[in-house]
Amino acid sequence: MSDATRAEVAIVACAELFRGDGEIVASPMGLIPQFGAKLARQTFEPDLLLSDGEAFLLTPQSDTAGNDKIIEGWQPFKKMLDVIVPHGTRHVVMGASQIDRFGNQNISAIGDHSRPTRQLLGVRGAPGNTVNHRTSYWVPRHSTRVFVDTVDVVSGVGYDNAQKAGPAASKFHDVHRVVTNLGVFDFASPDHSMRIVSLHPGVTLQDVTENTAFAVDDSDVTETRTPTIEELHLIRDVLDPKCLRDREVRL
Amino acid sequence: MADKRMTLEQVVGELEDGMTIGIGGWGSRRKPMALVRAILRSDLKDLTIVSYGGPDVGLLAAAGRIRTLVFGFVTLDSLPLDPYFCRARQDGQLTVAEYDEGMFAAGLSAAAKRLPFLPIRAGLGSSVVTTNPDLKTVRSPYTDEELIAMPALRLDVALVHMNRADMHGNAQYLGPDPYFDDDFALAADRCFVSAEKVIPTDELTRGKPVQTLLLNRSAVTGVVEAPNGAHFTSCYPDYGRHEKFQRLYAESAKTADGWRNFYDRFLAGDEASYQAEVVKLREEAA
Repeated sequence: MSDATRAEVAIVACAELFRGDGEIVASPMGLIPQFGAKLARQTFEPDLLLSDGEAFLLTPQSDTAGNDKIIEGWQPFKKMLDVIVPHGTRHVVMGASQIDRFGNQNISAIGDHSRPTRQLLGVRGAPGNTVNHRTSYWVPRHSTRVFVDTVDVVSGVGYDNAQKAGPAASKFHDVHRVVTNLGVFDFASPDHSMRIVSLHPGVTLQDVTENTAFAVDDSDVTETRTPTIEELHLIRDVLDPKCLRDREVRL
Repeated sequence: MADKRMTLEQVVGELEDGMTIGIGGWGSRRKPMALVRAILRSDLKDLTIVSYGGPDVGLLAAAGRIRTLVFGFVTLDSLPLDPYFCRARQDGQLTVAEYDEGMFAAGLSAAAKRLPFLPIRAGLGSSVVTTNPDLKTVRSPYTDEELIAMPALRLDVALVHMNRADMHGNAQYLGPDPYFDDDFALAADRCFVSAEKVIPTDELTRGKPVQTLLLNRSAVTGVVEAPNGAHFTSCYPDYGRHEKFQRLYAESAKTADGWRNFYDRFLAGDEASYQAEVVKLREEAA
């Protein structure tokens, strides 16, 4: 029996998003995905390029000796948008204020776009990311407010909309997985609707169905793997000694 | 070579109601805030603002100067949302053209290259297509792909903030990211640059790589020396973001008379009195 917390399980689930990615740019947005990408890089995906979300590609140090920023590349926003995103050698993990069963994501605004009830960030790079390269999502609080029937503004493009928009939109479209505080989800069903890959230890199917506004395919559910001893050491002693992870995911 | 030095007020004197103004920087980073403050002191109105938005957008929205906003996001970075931008949107005060970040870049690039549009994959299948009904697609003459035809984002004026410039308009960034300031400059009929310091040309590259010279003088109409001119956004390596000030700005939106108080304390006077209030705020904190 592992003594790993839910946040630690979520970090490992985020690390697993990058398994097999090899030498591409990982752009994890948000704390848990950032720890996940660093964990993947320091264990099973040593070739990952890690973006700091600003102008640098950084090599994380596997010790706590203070100097945890070795710059190995320069990737200002212009290069990101002109070259990296369209070229497609990137895997982004974005947040989602709303997400639907085909993986359409909204970070722009809640309500009518012409006069939103709640203005959020704007679509940012989500439309371009989703039609150009692999995209995953991280949702720290899985609820019916986030997992909705229909998103109000399609920022990140889901499978149904990519299909409808034609070959140029679907050619490189690849919404990979959604990791939440409850489980891991993908779109590998015949109609590309959301499917439960695994539930985190202690989470029931009912927890998911009660917190999701649409029906999710639960035909092949496993349990999310717990961190190895090495991974727990890296998370607790190297990546996040201040336990910032517990502020994002409680339990 | 021309001496292009101007004051903040002289730059604003060149602007007119209803103009399309591009603002450089990104989010709450290296924004030409001294120029934005000078606009706030003028009576300019009905502006179309084109920006990778930060507090430049929030301030101009709070003061009711924006008619139309062309954007991909508005954020304060360390704080996800700008409350004044959010309020303006929720009150229905802004007409918006919301684009993907890459589409926005393509629009500036098209304008800089004097092209009517550039093809781009970004936007396909998203609400960007439905919320911008004038947006068209273009079929590749070589394949069966239909792509977004991002229209040129032509600007009347671009305002950018650099670390250094000379009096002729050669301008230099010393931080890690040029953002899109060179495209803003070339997409505009006229570009005005504020800089932390205006120095002799031969000093620009003394101990600095030549690649830091982002704008050459042919793209620049006027230069303003504006020390701390990106405050409270970041301007590395000269200074980082003034987080305490940014929080004060954001929290001012929470009370009914918050904007009025913020305006009266910081914006009612000239740039010198703004900077003096900033010094006072730092002393209070110390």
